[in-house]
Amino acid sequence: MTEENFQVIIGLEVHCQLNTKTKLFCSCSADFRADAPNTHVCPVCLGLPGALPVLNKKAVMYALKVAKALNCTIPEEGEFCRKNYFYPDLVKAYQITMGDDPLAVGGYIEIEDDAGNPKVVNLTRIHVEEDPGRLVHMGNKERGYYTLVDYNRSGIPLIEMVTEPELSSPKEARRLLNKLRATLEYLDVFDPEKEGSLRVDANISIKGHERVEIKNISSYKGVEKALTFEITRQKNLIRRGGEIVRETRHFQEGKGTTTSARSKETANDYRYFPEPDLPVIRVADWVKEIALPELPDARRDRFMQQYGIAVNHARTLTGDLKLAEFYETIAKEGAAIAASWTADVLIGELNYRDMAVSEVSGHAAEFAELIALVRDKKITDKAGVEVLRVWLDAIHKEGKCEKPAAIVERLGLTRESGESFRGIVEAILEKNPQAVADHRAGKKGALNFIVGQVMKEIKGKSDPREIHAMISEILGE
Amino acid sequence: MEDAYHAFLTQTELPQEAGTEGGILSGIRVAVKDNISTKGIETTCASKILKQYIPPYDATAVAKLKAAGAVIAGKTNMDEFGMGSTTENSAFGPALNPKDITRATGGSSGGSAAAVAGGLVPMALGSDTGGSIRCPAAWCGIVGLKPSYGRVSRFGLIAYANSFEQIGPMAANVSDCAKLFSVIAGGDRKDSTSVDKPYDFAGLKPEIKGKVIGVPKEYFAEGVDPEVGETVKAAISRLESLGAVIKDVSIPSMKYALAAYYVTCTCEASSNLDRFDGVRYGEIAPEMNLPWHDAYTKVRTAGFGPEVRRRIILGTFALSAGYYGKYYVKARYARQKIAKEFAEVLTGCDMLAGPTMPNTAPKLGELMKTPLEMYQADILTVPANIAGIPAISVPCGTVRGLPAGLQLMGRMYDEETILNAALAFEEANR
Ligand SMILES: [Zn+2]
Repeated sequence: MTEENFQVIIGLEVHCQLNTKTKLFCSCSADFRADAPNTHVCPVCLGLPGALPVLNKKAVMYALKVAKALNCTIPEEGEFCRKNYFYPDLVKAYQITMGDDPLAVGGYIEIEDDAGNPKVVNLTRIHVEEDPGRLVHMGNKERGYYTLVDYNRSGIPLIEMVTEPELSSPKEARRLLNKLRATLEYLDVFDPEKEGSLRVDANISIKGHERVEIKNISSYKGVEKALTFEITRQKNLIRRGGEIVRETRHFQEGKGTTTSARSKETANDYRYFPEPDLPVIRVADWVKEIALPELPDARRDRFMQQYGIAVNHARTLTGDLKLAEFYETIAKEGAAIAASWTADVLIGELNYRDMAVSEVSGHAAEFAELIALVRDKKITDKAGVEVLRVWLDAIHKEGKCEKPAAIVERLGLTRESGESFRGIVEAILEKNPQAVADHRAGKKGALNFIVGQVMKEIKGKSDPREIHAMISEILGE
Repeated sequence: MEDAYHAFLTQTELPQEAGTEGGILSGIRVAVKDNISTKGIETTCASKILKQYIPPYDATAVAKLKAAGAVIAGKTNMDEFGMGSTTENSAFGPALNPKDITRATGGSSGGSAAAVAGGLVPMALGSDTGGSIRCPAAWCGIVGLKPSYGRVSRFGLIAYANSFEQIGPMAANVSDCAKLFSVIAGGDRKDSTSVDKPYDFAGLKPEIKGKVIGVPKEYFAEGVDPEVGETVKAAISRLESLGAVIKDVSIPSMKYALAAYYVTCTCEASSNLDRFDGVRYGEIAPEMNLPWHDAYTKVRTAGFGPEVRRRIILGTFALSAGYYGKYYVKARYARQKIAKEFAEVLTGCDMLAGPTMPNTAPKLGELMKTPLEMYQADILTVPANIAGIPAISVPCGTVRGLPAGLQLMGRMYDEETILNAALAFEEANR
């Protein structure tokens, strides 16, 4: 069997916590992450006998916003139902969710496929449901294992979005998630920086073979990793003549592998039936109240038009709401240079440090100053990157930093003309006769090596092109 | 207080709350069924699995009682989780019928009925899922009202079958029953299925003249004790003599009522009761050291009585894949049909009348032999729960020395008409 025969089919079930002030069915605060376990609880979200759910309309409105933004069809009525199963983190032994009558059906998301062409991925449905509590496993072999339960998360509103099995690679899946995250962020219904605010289940199969479900992947990177591992596993199994069994597997974040779940855990019959404690919701009128803000695609198109920047820059900049807002505050320093410094340089340095855009959101003025220094040729590009690194490290560690001009001053990075370094250039040429000879002999890269040596010596304070020209001149070329 | 009828599971005699002296129930002792949450007072639903459970909050109905000045006298005996028609399914032993202590009180609010009939309290709260207020009211010879679905908040009522049940008043006479109803009726933001329709006690008056009473022939069909039938017919004639217009009617879909009821209530119950797994409620069992699936099984097998286990298993089966459409969906359709027929018949009548129970109080143990016979005893009370309409049981004489109840069923949210008619009947019989 050749590689081309392996057609990968992926569908995603994405759960995001909606950032409402209160929980889905009670008035407990949903802002629990900084607080002690079991402090954001009441009879309703503890599932105490006799307590009844009262719907937080805001959560449904948030989900309807998403449905509208993703081009879904919104039926007139939605009905909550119970999904019954036993688990220690599930207080009522049922989750209030939606079954046959979800909030929205259909809809689609536009992404780029792996070749960079536009691709439409269809959605099956969208609904809201409550999050269960959280189990924390404790103890050790010597003293015994035990489990703690924290119900602060119990009743947090979740939106579940299900795609059709139309994705064909882990990278596409990642792009779909990024697009989804950006859309939810633009709609101001989701905070992607909150720990555990996104969870993904993925269905994955090789065409012609059984499908496997991977449960509870809790990061964007994890999705790509889990899918990549699973595809390799399935392909290898097929190559060896094995058979894919239809099963549920868990993603092991640390190892980057998936392992089969015990069948006992998956042999659930959820016994769905309509939730008798909540009336059917007539959402047709609610939908009319919803006005959508500018969404990522519209903003991308506006950036291209308004700032005259390239599509790849516009896409990167608008793919994250905070980044788009950051860019708009600094674009006045020069739309093109600001775009490239933000989309190419800043993002790379942030990712390297595992920093979120929000950490620099409050420092836009300083970043603008840095761009102005580069733009006005007060410092070189290379020095600019060095200043950026110093600046980011300080923000990352201390939450604050000196102004870029002060960093330039302190590190002595002010740009000087190549001419002022003629002595250093001559000395380096003298020290590297072999490189000079190689260059003369037409060896590519020899000249770049010499320029590099000079730049290192002068701490990047001059433009490498000027140094380049001077060397050619000294060598009489 | 001396409790010869095992009416109470817990006696409390909570003092009246300060500042409620002017309340309509000021100083009046009220008993509360043990499936209604009372802050700080053990609330067990007469089940071992909830032993030692002390709710941290009051049911809305209880909070309203307290605000009206009532003294909470205690928590009353019942069939475990409301499942039964005799109060013999209590994990703590049956209540005894004050009219004849060798007989059952009826159920599931048997403790509340016994407390009132035995003169221990003037009024009590019960709950009615398929007749649980009206059945013991009829068999113990007191007045009991099942309100329209939604007219009383269910917040704090430990659910058995959410879409049928209501908390309701039980009392020795119609006036006290109406008074207690006026305290608990009205909307509640904590119960999304409640409706804001308060009841004005000042409006209670004996009134029957000119009212059209429909008498469904199904209420006097086979299975109804002929002597009970005759006694209730005599009561209806009495209403006629007071000026009511009697009309023969029929509700053919009543034949689906019991099936639709038992499918739906067991489905809902199986889901409601799944949370009682021994982790958070009940005594810590040694079984909890087992893997949790095994621990849950052991705890639930030991903690629930046989009738509760039977209904959990029935409901779990009826909801399971492949059967949901055959049972739950069909029952939902039947419910809609029955409700529609009742509503249609009630457009031509002000109320319907018939016996509350097809027979009188059985000997203790008599109905426990076959669950099916027990279920069939609910045939005349269940339809009001399915239709959501209000229904009251008032004493209408005795059969072989035991009380019989006249059931009046009204239009949706029109408790006023049946309470006024019941008062007129009671006054004429005095
Ligand atoms: Zn809560």
